Amino acid sequence: MSELTLADFGISQALIARLVLIFVVFQALVLTSAFMVWMERKVCAYIQDREGPNRVGPAGLLQPFADVIKLVFKEDLRPKAADALLFAIAPIISTATAFAAFSVVPFGNETTLFGLLSEPLRLEVTDVNVAVLVVFAVASMGVYGIVLAGWSSNSKYSLLGGLRSSAQMISYELSYGLALASVILLAGSMSLREVVMNQSGYWWGFIPKWYVFLQPLGFFIYMTAGVAETNRAPFDFPEAEQELVAGYHTEYSSMSFALFFMAEYINMVTVSALATSLYLGGWLGPFSERFGVGWIYFMAKVLLILFFYVWMRWTLPRYRYDQLMEFGWKWLLPMAVLNLIATAALVIWLG
Amino acid sequence: MEQFAFYVLAGVTILASLGVVSSRVPMHSVMLLIVSFGALAGLYVMLDAPFTAVTQIIVYAGAIMVLFLFVVMLLNQHREDEPEVMPASLLRRNLRAGVLLSVLLAIEVAWGLSQVGLRSFGTDPGEISAVSSVAQIGLALFTTHSFAFEVTSVLILVSMVGAVVIARREH
Repeated sequence: MSELTLADFGISQALIARLVLIFVVFQALVLTSAFMVWMERKVCAYIQDREGPNRVGPAGLLQPFADVIKLVFKEDLRPKAADALLFAIAPIISTATAFAAFSVVPFGNETTLFGLLSEPLRLEVTDVNVAVLVVFAVASMGVYGIVLAGWSSNSKYSLLGGLRSSAQMISYELSYGLALASVILLAGSMSLREVVMNQSGYWWGFIPKWYVFLQPLGFFIYMTAGVAETNRAPFDFPEAEQELVAGYHTEYSSMSFALFFMAEYINMVTVSALATSLYLGGWLGPFSERFGVGWIYFMAKVLLILFFYVWMRWTLPRYRYDQLMEFGWKWLLPMAVLNLIATAALVIWLG
Repeated sequence: MEQFAFYVLAGVTILASLGVVSSRVPMHSVMLLIVSFGALAGLYVMLDAPFTAVTQIIVYAGAIMVLFLFVVMLLNQHREDEPEVMPASLLRRNLRAGVLLSVLLAIEVAWGLSQVGLRSFGTDPGEISAVSSVAQIGLALFTTHSFAFEVTSVLILVSMVGAVVIARREH
């Protein structure tokens, strides 16, 4: 009697490798958001000349896990007049869209895991030929979580937070999309993998051909709009704690509150990962092809942008609401349009 | 598998659309509309048209955001009030106009289908990739169909200006 192998059930090595990869990416995102909480508190503490969390684990590294345990065992409260259904699904929408947006981001070239696999595995969850647009579309769905949370809580502070969030997202999404369009024009492709591959090589032998050098203005617009899209300081109007208690998640507690926080941090990771792929050459770096260490370069670049995010939050004060609108519509959007026109003209002129 | 996915997506689209018109809570209608658009986008993906699917989400599901703002800011009410009783003469007139418009729409759709013909794209991979290619869509939109494209944009502008004018007059 011949022995049954996994292949008899239609399960190939490639499929298993892919499933493992999806699991690893999922867990990595969850762990990163936990680590980001720690990094935020630690960086904030040093900026304010304090020590920060240093009791739980070495250098307070286990602090996020203590926080999670605390949150899990809290009571999940719901205001009496809240819309029960929408109140319950709002944090789920936020988190689900945050995870989904990351699924098309490539974080490394093909690898065989040092010869462990018979055929090379592409380091990304899925490759779509309109990946840039997918991230844009899925991320823009995330705002529904915030708006629904604000509306369904049936509390004035939550509602104001939700309204501000929607107005902010609509205003900054335009500049965000135009900055993306400029990169798409340069790369001539909407696949993130191809955008990254187009950035390989060096000018004069030492300056990497990253799009940030061709699109400095575009990079600035993208990062500014990205911070606004993720509702981070100095654009954290939806939760401005001095004005709105805690904004859209005022009425949330326990794990549904934690979900909003996780969504915020994962969205930051996605924006940073997209910035890395579009402007900073993704997984490319010295010897990244020869030793298969591209994903380390990728993570290092993402971490750098994440640190920049935290740094900015604890350095810059929040804008006023009218300043936010004025900056978005009168400065950022015209700049983005000019950048797009200039890029298009250059692409045609230089062929 | 593909057929199963089709029936699930089609079912969700129809049920959500029915929910949009039958729900008494405006916010629920708006949410169900997004669900319906999302399921439609899934159907486009199954038709090998990911670009159309993503555009569907960005343009339609994204535009509902504005609708959201209107529901929350201008109407801020959790339930629709009981419909006002319409005078019988007005009701009859509205009914007649509705029937006329529905018949006109049906004729238009039937005429359009008869012009195009009910044909499938077949399995030719070249043809399929041409339909879903962004470059091909862009080229067709700005050359062959540039007139229709420009006229549509004027139409949208006119409706926008019209909405503003009507809203202004009521004050």
